Amino acid sequence: MRLNYPTSIKIIRVPCTGKVDVIHMLRAFEKGADGVCVIGCMEGDCHYKAGNFRARKRVEQVQKILNTVGIGGDRVKMFNLSSGEGPLFAKYAKEIHEKIMELGPNPIKLKKNKAA
Amino acid sequence: MIVADKKPVEEIIEFVKDDKKILILGCNECVTVCEAGGKKEVGVLASTLRMYFLNQGKDVKIDEITLERQCDHEYLEEIRDVADEYDAIVSIACGVGVQFMAEKYHSIPVYPGVNTCFLGATEKRGLWTERCQACGNCLLAITGGICPVSRCAKRILNGPCGGSSKGKCEIDSNLDCAWQLIVDRLKALDRLDDYEKICPIKDWSTDRAGGPRKVVREDVQI
Ligand code: SF4
Ligand code: SF4
Repeated sequence: MRLNYPTSIKIIRVPCTGKVDVIHMLRAFEKGADGVCVIGCMEGDCHYKAGNFRARKRVEQVQKILNTVGIGGDRVKMFNLSSGEGPLFAKYAKEIHEKIMELGPNPIKLKKNKAA
Repeated sequence: MIVADKKPVEEIIEFVKDDKKILILGCNECVTVCEAGGKKEVGVLASTLRMYFLNQGKDVKIDEITLERQCDHEYLEEIRDVADEYDAIVSIACGVGVQFMAEKYHSIPVYPGVNTCFLGATEKRGLWTERCQACGNCLLAITGGICPVSRCAKRILNGPCGGSSKGKCEIDSNLDCAWQLIVDRLKALDRLDDYEKICPIKDWSTDRAGGPRKVVREDVQI
């Protein structure tokens, strides 16, 4: 399966989405990421039972924070799929890429560059 | 432990919106356990504020420190050399920590970053409930280990009141009636006779009614 997905996406591997904390997502935005998407296993299929549920809650927290600071909560999203679903991964990657293209760059990055 | 809840970040932004150098100060004790004011929350609040100010086009320096405690001189002294560098300190310790900070660092504005709620227990992750109001004269020995001062809506000492229904309190049908819990526990301990004894009028002078309180222990003073 040689599937294509947008080259704008950098993959960071974690043992479980439960490892992804609020601060990790915030740091990504602070450093200039335009969007973050957390891709976890199907709900109910977590090897550690609740990792992907925790991740979903944290993604929601980050959405709220991004809305408060004016960056926009739509820049972060959670998806669920099984590890056998390559085509779905490619589809989600495309979806988040398009969403971010629509939203434009992270406003913080622009202001940081201006200040520098 | 002392249970605190997060303050809306909008409120914190309002406190510090004109400052240029801000210190976010966490505490490693109770507020860490209730996930409101520990190192992790310091990081999240600092990152949130940094992004907020950047987005406003403002150059604000935000630092993060988490102390072992903020209610003891020795730990608060750890920031003695750096405190003066800041225009404001947001303490996300309980109200005690915030006040002790303010007393010790008199010329630096200190703002509370959490809402301090009560003395309580962690029932499960994300659920904390009140257990004690520090009345200064503990009654638990006669009430089967269940506190009517903090857990009965009316603080009555010879309960239940007429509003107790099916084990629940009249103020909220999801709230256990403290006196039902007391009776159940005394029954389980085979001490229902104690329930028959009338609890005398409590001396509330040790409670907040007597004004700000202090504990003096000469035996441990040097
Ligand atoms: S009786 Fe007073 S000291 Fe004892 S648990 Fe209740 S409020 Fe706290
Ligand atoms: S119903 Fe029970 S807990 Fe509620 S006020 Fe009456 S005695 Fe107190």
